Amino acid sequence: MSPFWSMYVTILTLFTIGACYWMIRWTTKKRSDEAAQGHVTGHTWDDDLQEYNNPLPRWWLGLFYITIFFALGYLMFYPGLGNVEGRFAWTQVNQYEQEMQEADRTYGPIFAAFAKQDMVALAKDPKAMTAGRNLFLNNCATCHGSDAQGAPGFPNLADKDWIYGGEAQTIKDSILKGRVSVGMPAMGMGMTEVTLNALVDYVLSLSGQPVNAQSAKAGKVIFDGMCVACHGPEGKGMQALGAPNLTDNIWLYGGTPAVIKETLLKGRKGIMPAHADILGDDKAHLIAAYVYGLSVN
Amino acid sequence: MPTISPDDNASGFYAKHKKVYPREVHGVFATGRVLGVLVLLGGYYLVPWLWWDGHQAVLFDLPARKFYIFGLIFWPQDFIYLAALLIIAAFALFFFTALAGRLWCGYACPQTVWTEAFLWIERKVEGDRNKQIKLDKGILTRYKFSRKALKHGIWLGFSLWTGFTFVGYFTPILSLGQEIIHYSLGPWETFWIIFYSFATYGNAGWMREQVCIYMCPYARFQSAMFDKDTLIISYDKLRGEPRGARKKSVAPRTVALGDCVDCTLCVQVCPTGIDIRDGLQYQCIGCAACVDVCNEVMGKMGYARQLIKYTTQNAIDGIATHLVRPRVVIYFMLLVGLSSALIYSISTRIPLKLDILRDRNVLYRLTADGYIENSYTLKIINMDQVDHRYDLSVTGLAEIKLHHHDKEIQVPSGEALVLPVQLVVDPGHLHGLSQPVVFTLVAQDKPQLTVSEKGAFIGPLRR
Repeated sequence: MSPFWSMYVTILTLFTIGACYWMIRWTTKKRSDEAAQGHVTGHTWDDDLQEYNNPLPRWWLGLFYITIFFALGYLMFYPGLGNVEGRFAWTQVNQYEQEMQEADRTYGPIFAAFAKQDMVALAKDPKAMTAGRNLFLNNCATCHGSDAQGAPGFPNLADKDWIYGGEAQTIKDSILKGRVSVGMPAMGMGMTEVTLNALVDYVLSLSGQPVNAQSAKAGKVIFDGMCVACHGPEGKGMQALGAPNLTDNIWLYGGTPAVIKETLLKGRKGIMPAHADILGDDKAHLIAAYVYGLSVN
Repeated sequence: MPTISPDDNASGFYAKHKKVYPREVHGVFATGRVLGVLVLLGGYYLVPWLWWDGHQAVLFDLPARKFYIFGLIFWPQDFIYLAALLIIAAFALFFFTALAGRLWCGYACPQTVWTEAFLWIERKVEGDRNKQIKLDKGILTRYKFSRKALKHGIWLGFSLWTGFTFVGYFTPILSLGQEIIHYSLGPWETFWIIFYSFATYGNAGWMREQVCIYMCPYARFQSAMFDKDTLIISYDKLRGEPRGARKKSVAPRTVALGDCVDCTLCVQVCPTGIDIRDGLQYQCIGCAACVDVCNEVMGKMGYARQLIKYTTQNAIDGIATHLVRPRVVIYFMLLVGLSSALIYSISTRIPLKLDILRDRNVLYRLTADGYIENSYTLKIINMDQVDHRYDLSVTGLAEIKLHHHDKEIQVPSGEALVLPVQLVVDPGHLHGLSQPVVFTLVAQDKPQLTVSEKGAFIGPLRR
């Protein structure tokens, strides 16, 4: 906080503690108009309820002084007076970091042991798959689903269709480094409705969907001209580029004509965030093994 | 009459504590209290050492979040039983207090129980009341130092054993003992043992009646729970006054005296230091020590007993008194009803729990063959003592199909399985955006072990 607010908090805090001390001393002094000790104060509530002026036990006063002493001591060691750090230099951040280090010391060896083994072997190990599943549920399931079967825009990791490659090491690279799609350009912009529909029909026919044969034939011409550069001569995709296989009836954004049209008109750019800093190599190794195991089974 | 009289307090508004020396007392109620102390303390110190089925019989394993009470293992999901137990405790409080006042305070409260034990030790080391007062008044001699050192030494040892036992309810007491012997006690165990030892020593050795008088809320809200038919401890003023000493051979009425001989024994035995002859006061913890000692004196004098006795305000005022009355009956019936319900509920508890967590981001999926699919994470908790295999089924939508990756749903005892599942439905069978479905889990080897939970299935908006 700014120096002004730090000063404000410091003054207010110390003033309040001082005020508590002053208040307890002030109430100790006998006042002339006060009822004598052991006698009623004179005020009556509800017809017959009265209050004695009785002394409090001295140990109670002692405890009060202890709390004031404790407060001042606390403020010497922990932050409380504005920007003053306190002797222990405690912060929420370094408490978090300490707990993370403690967790790494406890759980790190477990993941390190898994990381030494080959991912294909791990995919057959039930213990590794359980640990991998737990990591997956905590880190990946929000986007890819708890069963890893994806959602519109988030690939299905449990099938055999891979945009960038389905080898274990490739999967691990995708997790660690992330993937930024080269991007599906908005190829359909400027096309006429008829041309667009023809292209959509041809793409659907590649996946074995029933379409109007004439329209598809017309679409093939456009496809061979524009699309094979990225998606390959038969539309089987190009993993080096991240261009999907269009012939396997597996659709990242949806396989209805309306969605394919939208893909063509607006383009697509998928991003898988890099998880190297979030997970570290060992955990990524285990998750990659888990995902590989899902996809081969 | 105030507890601290004004002349104790020469300067300032805070009075120095005047030590209360409760005189030893024998009688019906004192015996009752001794029995209470033995049973309660005996239970407290013995129970952690009992074993059941290969584990400590009573253990509250906080890190593992399992609470063992003999044959029952409670999980955090069972905390509703703790809430029910606390409600039953509250109704027991209302019932017993409405019936006979501060029975808890006088006979069962830990503060009373441990203070009685500490007082007994003090009496054994320093002597009876008069000896104690004389010792405290005198200068520090070798004898006084040795008595005090011995007393505090025994008190501290007893307190440490108490603290150790307390932590033994949360960490297995055998391993705790081993750690102490091998100097390998963890920091938190050390802290809590010392904390509870200090609390026992401080409260029972030093604070004693200060807790009852200043700290405990019971003293203050008791008046809200008493009525004119509640049994309270009262001095029979009409019979006792005017008080005064007289020879045993003299009949009191002939010398215009009441039955009270003003021996002040009722004041001397009082653990909170009040004079019951002034009437019911908030400091009175209902221990009936004054009843016992006055009965003894009345017996010796040849007078009728019960000069100080358990009675009701109505009886004192000469109005017909009913101990069994609507309030007491209702409290009792509620107490019995709730306790029965709790016992029934625990004994018929099904040690199986199913939680349905629907995937949110996914919403729904359109499969390749045009079906609608929803994805869920199920948490299956086996709270039983043995491993089980379960069958999972779904109802709620026509021809609904259930898929999951694991061939078998197998959950070891005391563990929770995380199971991703998918439900697949023909969109023609969906009647709306969100429809309820019911998952049912049945143990293969024990069909009574079954649980059903509701989930939701989401499909596309109809256009």
